[in-house]
Amino acid sequence: MNKRAMWAIIRKDLKVVLQSKAVLIPLIMVPLILLVILPGVGGLLLANADADSQIITEFRSETGAFFDNLPDSLNQKLEQYDNEVQRITYVMFNMFFPALYLLLPVMAANVIAADSFAGEKERKTLEALLYAPTTDRELYLAKIIGPWVAGIAIGWLGYLAFVLVLTATTLSFMGNIFIVDVTWLLLILWVVPAAAGLGLGAMVLVSSRVSTFQEAYQLGGMVVLPIILLLFGQLGGVVYFSPMVVLIVGAVLWVLTLGLIGYGAGNFKRGELIARL
Amino acid sequence: MASHAIHIEGVTRRFGDTLAVDDLSLSVDVGEVFGFLGHNGAGKTTTVRLLNGVLAADSGQLHVLGLDPQTQGPQLRARTGVLTETPSLDERLTAIDNLTIYADLYGVAVQQVKQRVSTMLETFGLSERAQEKVGGYSKGMKQRLALARSFLHQPDVIFLDEPTSGLDPVAAQEVHEMIRHVSQDEGRTVFLCTHNLVEAQRLCHRVAVMEQGHLVAMGTPKELTHEVGTAVTYRLEVAQEQQAAALAVISRMPVLQDVEAGDEALTFASSERDSVPDLLNQLIAAGIRVYALTPQATSLEDIYLALHAREVNKGKVLGGVR
Repeated sequence: MNKRAMWAIIRKDLKVVLQSKAVLIPLIMVPLILLVILPGVGGLLLANADADSQIITEFRSETGAFFDNLPDSLNQKLEQYDNEVQRITYVMFNMFFPALYLLLPVMAANVIAADSFAGEKERKTLEALLYAPTTDRELYLAKIIGPWVAGIAIGWLGYLAFVLVLTATTLSFMGNIFIVDVTWLLLILWVVPAAAGLGLGAMVLVSSRVSTFQEAYQLGGMVVLPIILLLFGQLGGVVYFSPMVVLIVGAVLWVLTLGLIGYGAGNFKRGELIARL
Repeated sequence: MASHAIHIEGVTRRFGDTLAVDDLSLSVDVGEVFGFLGHNGAGKTTTVRLLNGVLAADSGQLHVLGLDPQTQGPQLRARTGVLTETPSLDERLTAIDNLTIYADLYGVAVQQVKQRVSTMLETFGLSERAQEKVGGYSKGMKQRLALARSFLHQPDVIFLDEPTSGLDPVAAQEVHEMIRHVSQDEGRTVFLCTHNLVEAQRLCHRVAVMEQGHLVAMGTPKELTHEVGTAVTYRLEVAQEQQAAALAVISRMPVLQDVEAGDEALTFASSERDSVPDLLNQLIAAGIRVYALTPQATSLEDIYLALHAREVNKGKVLGGVR
């Protein structure tokens, strides 16, 4: 493996990404909205709420299906809390936010890969890279490692921001940092890398068929649909996040990811890429 | 084959129904500046891609620096530099970033990267704006940076596709000097794809002319003149008051063509060498004082156009047969 050359490609891709507003804006705005503003505002509202507050009653009425079918383990967990505000806080951030949170690594890897693959074609910088002294495999690995690692890193930093914001807004009435548990740890360590890989793999597939960053970004964005389904599954009381569910979700995402990345590797051939330039 | 930097034998490459390179055979010596001429779509870029192992040949054999581009592509590409038709630069990055990344990519020794990048920026006159993003560069500056990148790792074989495109005459002259320097002083091989026939004539030891994927001629410009049988142009200087008489003598010899009268001399073309002493005899017999009769070097452009015309005629003949 020509690691130095691979690192040069990774460095180049990430440097180029950092210069693009079209890439940076979603990379900053999505985590800011999902993991800072939404939980921050929600946490503050809950901190000042009681059982009869509008936020509590509305949340209860809109998530009726979820509460109707609660599994025993979750019921026991909720019974540990003294009041309705604490229980709603727990459910809102521990049960509904994980699915929203998974959008982040998917989106981050997806948009960076769009710039790295389709963007490179659009900017006509791919040809010089194809003349580089690397094998096809080294070039492909270098092209996917950057977005993948960046997607995971953004996911982890996003979680850190989420924990800090919720600790600041809910510790006073929750009494503990309730969003650091086994489910979240599995999510972070097992599902986030797979989710970032899914966003990346989908983009590798899409990029071979389009010629601009925007086309790739729009088409590749459809990869968030499985995550949205997961969220609706929770709201409808079909799926409840538990360590086992997280393990299964992660396994499914890994299978999809490895399938897409492997398919991409099989199709990543210099000769075909250069012939399409 | 040891002295050949490039050796191609019977190479063919198709894209669907299009024959991009057709049974191509040629060799380029170490240290040679080799011109590869042809129209757009003649197969020049495809050949460069084949020689670098970026594309695979359908049939035939290729060796560059003794390496097989298909099976030893990465080792080979570490020793070749390529200037592509478009500069292919990362315009969001600075010139320094562009070169530093490619220095790492091409394995320039870590402790030499900074120095090498700085030298190339200096050589190509980009030092003052090295910290600026390339997107703000003029076309000529981008071309110079792309050239710097292709020379950066001191490759043994350098493939240059229209290297002076977009450059002003002074910068183009500097590039020509650089090409001569790397060839003559450093023994590097230059494979020059160009439409610029003046450039090819100035720089190349030999040239190959491609038409629709196949090689139509190869050799030194002199060899090609002989092969094509292009008429030689002569310049005749006589006393000003005797130009009309000289013109009348020339006009009586049908073998002399393209006659033109200038302010200081007459020019004409002849494809028969014996016509020169015959003409001199007739001019002297007519009492015309001849100050000079000099053959003009046949330009590569003349040769190229003659080769092109020959191929077109061949095509017409084939069309008639079909």
